[in-house]
Amino acid sequence: MILIENNKNLKYNLFSNLNIRPLSHIFYRLKLMRYTITEKILRDHCDDKNASAGDFILANVDKCLANDITAPIAIEVFKKIVEGTDKGVFDKNRIILTPDHFTPNKDVASAEQCKILRNFAHEKKIVNYFEIGRVGIEHCLIPEQGLVLPGEVFIGADSHTCTYGALGAFSTGVGSTDLGVAMALGQCWFKIPESIKFIYSGKLNEWVSGKDLILYTIGQIGVDGATYKAMEFTGEVIENLSMANRLTMCNMAIEAGGKNGIIAPDKITEAYLENIGNLSYKKYESDNDAQYDDIIEYECEKIEPQVAFPHLPENAKPISEVDGMKIEINQCVIGSCTNGRIEDLRITAKILKNQKINSKIRCIIIPGTQNIYLMAIKEGLIEIFLDAGAVVSTPTCGPCLGGHMGVLAAGERAVSTTNRNFIGRMGHVESEVYLSNPAVAAASAIKGYITSPKYL
Amino acid sequence: MRGKVLKYNKKNLNTDLIIPARHLVSSDPEHLAAHCFEDLDPDFNQKKKEFGISIIVANRNFGSGSSREQAPLAIKAAGIKCVIALSFARIFFRNAINIGLPIVEFKEIDDINTQDELEIDFEKGIIANTTTNKQFKIKKMPDFLQEIISADGLVNYARSKILKN
Ligand code: SF4
Repeated sequence: MILIENNKNLKYNLFSNLNIRPLSHIFYRLKLMRYTITEKILRDHCDDKNASAGDFILANVDKCLANDITAPIAIEVFKKIVEGTDKGVFDKNRIILTPDHFTPNKDVASAEQCKILRNFAHEKKIVNYFEIGRVGIEHCLIPEQGLVLPGEVFIGADSHTCTYGALGAFSTGVGSTDLGVAMALGQCWFKIPESIKFIYSGKLNEWVSGKDLILYTIGQIGVDGATYKAMEFTGEVIENLSMANRLTMCNMAIEAGGKNGIIAPDKITEAYLENIGNLSYKKYESDNDAQYDDIIEYECEKIEPQVAFPHLPENAKPISEVDGMKIEINQCVIGSCTNGRIEDLRITAKILKNQKINSKIRCIIIPGTQNIYLMAIKEGLIEIFLDAGAVVSTPTCGPCLGGHMGVLAAGERAVSTTNRNFIGRMGHVESEVYLSNPAVAAASAIKGYITSPKYL
Repeated sequence: MRGKVLKYNKKNLNTDLIIPARHLVSSDPEHLAAHCFEDLDPDFNQKKKEFGISIIVANRNFGSGSSREQAPLAIKAAGIKCVIALSFARIFFRNAINIGLPIVEFKEIDDINTQDELEIDFEKGIIANTTTNKQFKIKKMPDFLQEIISADGLVNYARSKILKN
């Protein structure tokens, strides 16, 4: 019914873009064409062993995730599906429920939402339900707990589920209906995405992190530059990039419209997982001659710390340009699923040590999980934050989505390490959010305007 | 299936034109159907009745804009049995399948006009324009997608699968 032939044709055209002679249809049929990591993972999770980009598949999912905003609707869908039967969830070990957005409950409505989630989790004996006091921001918590592994198909009713591509999983956000169905069947349908390969070469400049690479990339290709595509991050810079930075990059694939971000598992992935425990998994990588919709290379020497101006992540500007603009801010937020990891807090502490937050500024620092919080206490980071005059909160999404714990008033401006600066995202529709890495955010909190540690 | 065509040859025909946001106060199918395509074509419902329309043919990026599920729901509630477009916006595509509205991506939309009669064989993958006597091949939809559509949407499909086991 869907003209998939179109997609195959498109594939041949790609060859001409790359100055390679088109392969014949027979070649295609003989499967001499090679595949991307995204294609391989998805194909191994469905019945169609010949499936490739453009094909529709019904995939078995390894894990599915919902939070206090999306789970209640998914639970309703689930109940409709199994009504009148004695059927339960497809696997109580593979469903993850995280009340992390409006928690600890900010008001009666959010308390009611969490109650639905909590009751369902207890009734279905969901193993990975995280109660307040153990929960963290989902996309910080799940990798930390070893709940996502290379080669898995992971879906979450949250758009930033694409974060886990950093571990070499196919991971993507879906709707609550899809999630409700997945909780019942353990399956979800997909169109296998075409991939864009991003190559980051050279060396990183000082204070440049994964956040800057992804903001720069979105600035180059636009917020719809990778719509529906898999964004595959490669190159020598990625090979040497820490897991925290990889998670940050994949987290924002959705901000370029991407279906998933992905980095092939390597030594850094292995070391990260070894640290968590004795986990077994399957590693995939793209074939050398895999088919890409586009291949884009960036020289990292040219990339400075980036600041994305309101109201789109694509409005990225280099800090050297921004510093001179002396953009005054009212609030600085360091945290979220993008930059709420221990590495981010360490960088923040390095800059805030023996410094004072500017008297006009509220600086809110939110560790992503309880573990990160505890580590930050033990390492003395929290003391540095409090000495500097910052607020430290329990793990929560909080201000990232204008929920609580630092909502902006009309006309106010924030620099934030989060991932979205849409109109009204952090509060009033006339407030503004500038996205940056933690170092830039911390330096700005000291100076009172958006700047870099380089200019302190 | 067989049906008569109403063609909207506008690119990026968005979800606001399919069902204006002001009508989202209710998701009652009859209410949605009554306001379907209202801002694009106030005579949609009248034309539909007069000519016996059951197929919409559209241009590129049909259903762009918001992720509202009410857009395909409104079209389905209005009695449209299939939407054919040069391409669909991604979320609309997903929503349409999930609520059981058959959709076809089709390049040759220039060969179809309003009031043409089409015969669509989803299983064989053929669109026949019986008005102009032209036939086109389309790729067969995978079985599970056909099942979702014929089950009237993803939730019913999942339920029938659960009941079967
Ligand atoms: S921190 Fe922000 S972007 Fe991340 S899951 Fe929470 S609300 Fe969403």
